[in-house]
Amino acid sequence: MLNINNLHVKLADEDKVILRGVNLQIGAGEVHAIMGPNGSGKSTLSYVLSGRDGYMVTDGSATLEGEELLEMEPDERAAAGLFLAFQYPVEIPGVGNMTFLRTAVNAQRKARGEAEISAGDFLKLVREKAKALKIDAEMLKRPVNVGFSGGEKKRNEILQMAMLEPKMCILDETDSGLDVDAMKLVADGVNALRSAGRSFLVITHYQRLLDHIAPDVVHIMAQGQIIKTGGPELALEVENNGYADILAEQN
Amino acid sequence: MAAPQIKADALAARIAGLTRAPTGWLGAAQADALARLTAMGLPVKRDEYWRYTDPTSLTTAVASPASVFDARDESPIFGSIDALRIVFVDGIFDAARSDDLTMAGVEVERLATAGRADIHWARDLYGALEARGQTPVRRPLAALNTAFATDGILIRVTGQGTRPVALIYEHESVTSDVILHHCIKIEPGASLTVLESGPAAARFVKVMEVDLAEGAAFHHIRAQGRAHERRACTHIFARLQARALFKSFTLTANGALTRNEAVVELLGDDARAHIAGAAAGDGAFHHDDTVFVTHTGQRCESRQVFKKVLKNGAVGVFQGKILVKPGAQKTDGYQISQALLLDEDSQFLAKPELEIYADDVKCSHGSTSGAIDETALFYLRSRGVPEAAAQALLVLAFLAEAIAEIEDEAIADDIRSRLEGWLDRHTAQG
Repeated sequence: MLNINNLHVKLADEDKVILRGVNLQIGAGEVHAIMGPNGSGKSTLSYVLSGRDGYMVTDGSATLEGEELLEMEPDERAAAGLFLAFQYPVEIPGVGNMTFLRTAVNAQRKARGEAEISAGDFLKLVREKAKALKIDAEMLKRPVNVGFSGGEKKRNEILQMAMLEPKMCILDETDSGLDVDAMKLVADGVNALRSAGRSFLVITHYQRLLDHIAPDVVHIMAQGQIIKTGGPELALEVENNGYADILAEQN
Repeated sequence: MAAPQIKADALAARIAGLTRAPTGWLGAAQADALARLTAMGLPVKRDEYWRYTDPTSLTTAVASPASVFDARDESPIFGSIDALRIVFVDGIFDAARSDDLTMAGVEVERLATAGRADIHWARDLYGALEARGQTPVRRPLAALNTAFATDGILIRVTGQGTRPVALIYEHESVTSDVILHHCIKIEPGASLTVLESGPAAARFVKVMEVDLAEGAAFHHIRAQGRAHERRACTHIFARLQARALFKSFTLTANGALTRNEAVVELLGDDARAHIAGAAAGDGAFHHDDTVFVTHTGQRCESRQVFKKVLKNGAVGVFQGKILVKPGAQKTDGYQISQALLLDEDSQFLAKPELEIYADDVKCSHGSTSGAIDETALFYLRSRGVPEAAAQALLVLAFLAEAIAEIEDEAIADDIRSRLEGWLDRHTAQG
């Protein structure tokens, strides 16, 4: 599904190198987790994959089902099936959540040469998906993320994911700022979307999210590289011992 | 030559060839207005009130020509709204294209014909609010309008829930230079909606005087024509008695020069006045909203909401004032003016003013200018929305607060779709 090869990235405006040769292969239907200390480049990886400005790829490639992501515009990547659940979902005053969702769904359909969803079908679909995430009608009417609590914002991200039905989902610290109940709700939303044709990359600091979203593979990232890869037990090791041992082992 | 002589010569040149009504109540009112105008002279760039907008093209003897805009197959704005249509072609009333001017609860007459009578209700209104509006700030072009208007519409409303009146200004001659003056009197408890649309002329000088009796309501929605080269200077003078409601919204997309002045006096208690505008300009576009709201009555509310989207060197101006007179207690005044600059070549010049002589009032004002929020743009794009569409969505969101001032949803939708059309044409290249 996702193939990242020797990816090197620096900041566009300054000579600060952030990713130093990241290699990562995620197969269809797999759930991978990336853990790592602050500043290891985890969030940068998610931004570079989704096409945010401000980064320069100096080497390497990233393909989604064989298509080079790094040459696409952000909206083309989304239409190709990539989805990033933001660590800090953006507030957009003046744009209703429903309008936002319908615009996004239809834009992706159009990019794929499909017909627009009818207003009735859309409404039915969004209500059904929102209900599972305990998002009420009021939240759908409000401007995108404006006045939403931390938990509401994250649930809104998962709602977008559910509506857009991407192939490759990246969750950037989706657990940050969530209490246990909210995290469980978000995790249930994610688990409901797991399927043979959909892969996940879960970026997190803590093992606790991985209690709810069980990964197939866990990677440890440090200083812009993936330094260790293992099974779910690797996350437990980090939880118990911190990163120090793994980093020391690497050095 | 001495400066006063230069000023007098400029005025003489500007009004040469203009005609006044020779007799009747209108003749008398126009003679008074000419006296006011002569005392003031024409505005010049160094006048404080014209600091951000050069009045030269409005004061020259001959108007600069403006090519006629071809809207192609686009349906006319407000076309789907059931209204009494009154059409002016280059400032001349066109009976054939207009509806029959009869409507229950409303008297509608042409200024050109009604002005010849000796006695008419409009006698006490024509030029009266304009003259009141000359202090504390001089508005010579409004006086010029009153003195030389050749036509216009006089509307007196006694009923409620009547059909809107649609004033449609067609522009067909590249050299047309037009002065129109409308008077609207809304009797106690009556209400009226007026829609205005079209470029009108190469140069258009318009005054609308609106007198609202107790509990009267006036809704005004205007879409100034899309013609790129047209120039316009418009004034609305409104006076509100107790519990009256005045709402005015203007959409301006394109036009070489637009100066829209609104002079509103909340005279009675518990009156409300909302004045809003959305302007979108690309390139040779200079748009000036100049607003003066006077609170005289108690517990009145006023809102000024002006939003502008500018690119390629377009210029936006806002001069907005709230004057709260002694005794106008419990005034609630709000003013916001904001510009969204789509590039670094565009400019927004704002001069918000509050002058308050009562001690128990709530007044706020704010003015900002900024670029598109890149984070929001990326967020939308990351969800699959292409850049131009994402930008259009954010621009409409920015304008939403002004459009929200329109109460009628069908009319608001019409305005929104016009803006979407403008954005389609003007933001595709980023």
